[in-house]
Amino acid sequence: MRHHLILRVITKLLAGAIMLFAFYVQFHGDYSPGGGFQAGVILAVAFVLYGLVFGLPAVQAVLPPWVVHKMMALGVLVYAGTGVISLFTGYAFLDYTALNPAHPEHGQELGILWVEGGVGITVTGVMVAIYYAFAGRPPRISDEEW
Amino acid sequence: MSVQDTQQAAMTLADHLPLLQVLVPFMAAPLIVVIGARRLAWGIAFAASLASAGIALAILLQVLDSGMISYHIGGWVPPLGIEYRIDAANAIVLLLIASVSTVVLPFAARSVAAEIARKHQTLFYAMWLLCLAGLLGMVATGDAFNVFVFLEVSSLSTYVLVSMGARRDKRALTAAYDYLIMGTIGATFFVIGIGFLYAATGTLNMADMAAIIRENGADRTIQTAFAFIVVGMGLKVAVYPLHLWLPNAYTYAPSVVSAFLGGTATKAAIYVLMRFMFTVFRPEFLFEVRALDLIMVPLALVAMFAGSIIAIFQRDMKRMLAYSSIAQIGYILLGIGFLTETGLSAAVIHLFNHGITKAALFMGAGALIFRSGSSFYRSLEGLGRTMPFTGFAIVIAGLSLIGVPGTAGFISKWLLVQAAIEKGWWPIALAVVASSLLAVIYVWRVVEVLYMKEPKSAGTRDEAPVSMLVPLWIAAAATVYFGFATELTLGAAQSAADSLMSGFSPVHAGGG
Amino acid sequence: MDWAYLLGHLNYWLFIVMMMTGLYIVIARGNLVKKIVGLNIFQTAVFMFYISIGKVTGGTAPIFPTDMKIDPETVYTNPLPHVLILTAIVVGIATTSLGLALVVRIRESYDTIEEDDILDIETRIAREENREYGDAMGGRA
Repeated sequence: MRHHLILRVITKLLAGAIMLFAFYVQFHGDYSPGGGFQAGVILAVAFVLYGLVFGLPAVQAVLPPWVVHKMMALGVLVYAGTGVISLFTGYAFLDYTALNPAHPEHGQELGILWVEGGVGITVTGVMVAIYYAFAGRPPRISDEEW
Repeated sequence: MSVQDTQQAAMTLADHLPLLQVLVPFMAAPLIVVIGARRLAWGIAFAASLASAGIALAILLQVLDSGMISYHIGGWVPPLGIEYRIDAANAIVLLLIASVSTVVLPFAARSVAAEIARKHQTLFYAMWLLCLAGLLGMVATGDAFNVFVFLEVSSLSTYVLVSMGARRDKRALTAAYDYLIMGTIGATFFVIGIGFLYAATGTLNMADMAAIIRENGADRTIQTAFAFIVVGMGLKVAVYPLHLWLPNAYTYAPSVVSAFLGGTATKAAIYVLMRFMFTVFRPEFLFEVRALDLIMVPLALVAMFAGSIIAIFQRDMKRMLAYSSIAQIGYILLGIGFLTETGLSAAVIHLFNHGITKAALFMGAGALIFRSGSSFYRSLEGLGRTMPFTGFAIVIAGLSLIGVPGTAGFISKWLLVQAAIEKGWWPIALAVVASSLLAVIYVWRVVEVLYMKEPKSAGTRDEAPVSMLVPLWIAAAATVYFGFATELTLGAAQSAADSLMSGFSPVHAGGG
Repeated sequence: MDWAYLLGHLNYWLFIVMMMTGLYIVIARGNLVKKIVGLNIFQTAVFMFYISIGKVTGGTAPIFPTDMKIDPETVYTNPLPHVLILTAIVVGIATTSLGLALVVRIRESYDTIEEDDILDIETRIAREENREYGDAMGGRA
C-alpha cells in the first residue's frame, strides 16, 4: 500500500473522524439508537482501517496486542462490576437503583452508562483482536507473488 | 417502575447465592486475563471453582430444607425479568458441575503444564472458568433464552478447550471443528424451538410457559417447538444417532478437559432436556406426543449396546471411555423415557454418579498419559505395576462404571432396573443388566492391560505426581462413598424427580 | 391451499427456504469455510424468523416520545425478539470467528481445508496407528 498516496491521506483523515463518530454513538446512545455494541465496532473499524492501509506493525505500535487482550477482559469486568456494586448495597444484581437510591432514575442512567461503557471496551477489544489474529498469521502467498 | 420490586432492599449475601454461583467463575475468567500472570491463573481458577462448589452445596442444602429459590436479576420481577430458579433438580446438577471442576483443577496444574503450550496456559484457565460459568448458568437459569446464551458461552469455550489438544495430536483441531458445526446446529435448533414457544405463549420464563401451556393445552406450534428443542438439546447431550462429535472431541482434547467435560458438559444438557420435557411441556403432553416410548427408549437401548460394543473394540483408553459415555447417556435417557418418578430419579442419580465416575476415569487416563505419553493400550501395558496408586483408582472407578455393588454405579443401575420392573418392562430390565455385562468386558480390557502385561521398564516405580493422585483418589473415593452413603444423593434425586414431575413448586424462600 | 394462506405466511416460507439452504450447505459442501458460511445462513434464517414474529400489524417503532406523552391508542411492535436476536447475532459472530480461527489452524496443520483431503490424511494416520497399536472398531482413529 506504500504507493497509494490517496488512500494513505484519506485514511489518516478518516481514522480520527471514525473514532469521534464511535464516541458519539457510544454516548448519544441514551437518546438515540446506539450504544456499546455499535460504538465498539465503529471504534474497531478505525484501527482495522489503519492496519489495512499502513500494515499490521504500524497499528500494533498504536494499539499493542496485549492491550487489546486486556481490553476484552476489562470491559466484562466493568459490566459485571457495575452489577456487583448493587450486591454490596443490598439490591439484586444489576439493579441500578443501588447506584443512587435517592433518585432511582439517575442511578439507572448512570448504571446503563457504565454497562454500555464496558460493552464498548469489550467489543472494540474483540473486534481488533479478531483482526489481529487473522492478519497476524504468516501469509501462505506473500504480497509479491500475487 | 411498578414491575421492579424496590421494597426488599438490604438483601443479605445469602440471598445472592444463586447469582454468585454463576457470577464468581464468570468474573474470575476476565480477571485472569487482566492480571495476565501465568502463575496466578491456576490459583484464581481454583479459588473461584472452590467458591462456586461451596455455594452449590449451600444452595442444595437450602433447597432440600426449604424448597425452591427464585432470584430476580436486576430486581425485575418475572415473567418480565430474568429469573434464576433453583429447585432440587438444578441444585444437584450445580453441585456436580462445580465439584467436578474443583476436584479436576488440581489435576490440571501438572497435566496442563505438560500438554498445553506455555503461552496458552493463562487463557486455558480463563476458558475453563467461562465454560464452568456457562454450564452453571445454563442449569441455574429459569429463562428459556438465557439457557441458550449460557449454552453458547459454555459451548464456545468448550470448542477452544478441545482444540487446545492440538499440541499432542493435530486431530484435536478437526474434532473441535466438527463439534463446533454440530454444536451450533444443535443450539440453533434449540433457539428455533424457543422461538416457537415464544410465539405460542408470549413469554420466555419457563415457569410462565409451563402455566400457559397447561392452561391452553398444546397446539401444533408447541409440538413443533418440542421437536426442535429435543433434537437441538439431543445434539448437545449426544443422544445415540447425534453423538458423532463426542468420541473425537473427548479423545483428542487435553486429558484434563476430557475429565471435566466427561463429568459435566453432557450432564448439563441432559438437565436442560429434562427440565423442558417435564417442567415446561409436562408429562401429560409427553404421553400425548408419544415421543418417548417410540423414539427415546429405543434410541437409549441402541446407545447402551452400540456404545458398549464399540467401546469393547477400542485400543485407546480415552476413546473407549468416550464410547462408554455414549452408552451411559443411554441409561440416563432410558430413565427419562420411563416417564415415572422412579425412572426420573434413576436418571438424576445416574447423571450424578456417572459424572463422578467418568471424571475419575478420565483423570486416571490423564495420569497414565502423563507418564507414558499416549493412551493407547499398547503403551499402557503393565503400568498398573509401575503406577500402583493410579492403577487401583482406575480399577475402583471402573467397578463403578460397571455397577458393582458397593459403588455409586450400582445404586443408579439398581434404581433403573427397579423402575423398569415397576413399569412391567422386564426385557428392558434384562437389557440394562446385559449391557452392564458388556461394561465388564471393556473395563476388564483396561485391567488386563494395566496388570497382566509386562511393564516396559520392569520393576521401577514411576508413580504420577501427588497433585494428580489426590484429585484422582478423591473422585475414586467419592464413587465408593456414594455407593454406601446414599441419603444425600438418593434424597436429592428423589426430590429432584419430584420437582421435575410436579413442575415448579410454589416459591418458598423469597429472593431478589 | 389458497393464495391468502401462502402470502399470509410468507415470512415462514422464506425462513424455511433460507434455513434449509444453510443446512444443505453445511452438510453438502466439503470446504470448511463454505460450511461456516452455510452455518451463518442457517443462523440468519433464525434471526429473520424471530424478527418477523415480533412484528405487530399496524405497529410502530417501540420508542416512546421524548415528552413521555404516550397515546394509549398507539400500537407498538414487540421489541423483545429484536433484543434477543441482538444477543444471538453476537453469539453468531463469536461462533463464526472461532470457526474460522479453527479453519486457519487446520490449514496450517493439514495444508488443506477440503474435508475429503482431511479425511484421507486422518485415515492415513489412523492406519499407521493401527499398524503400531492394533486394530480398533468404530471411528476414524
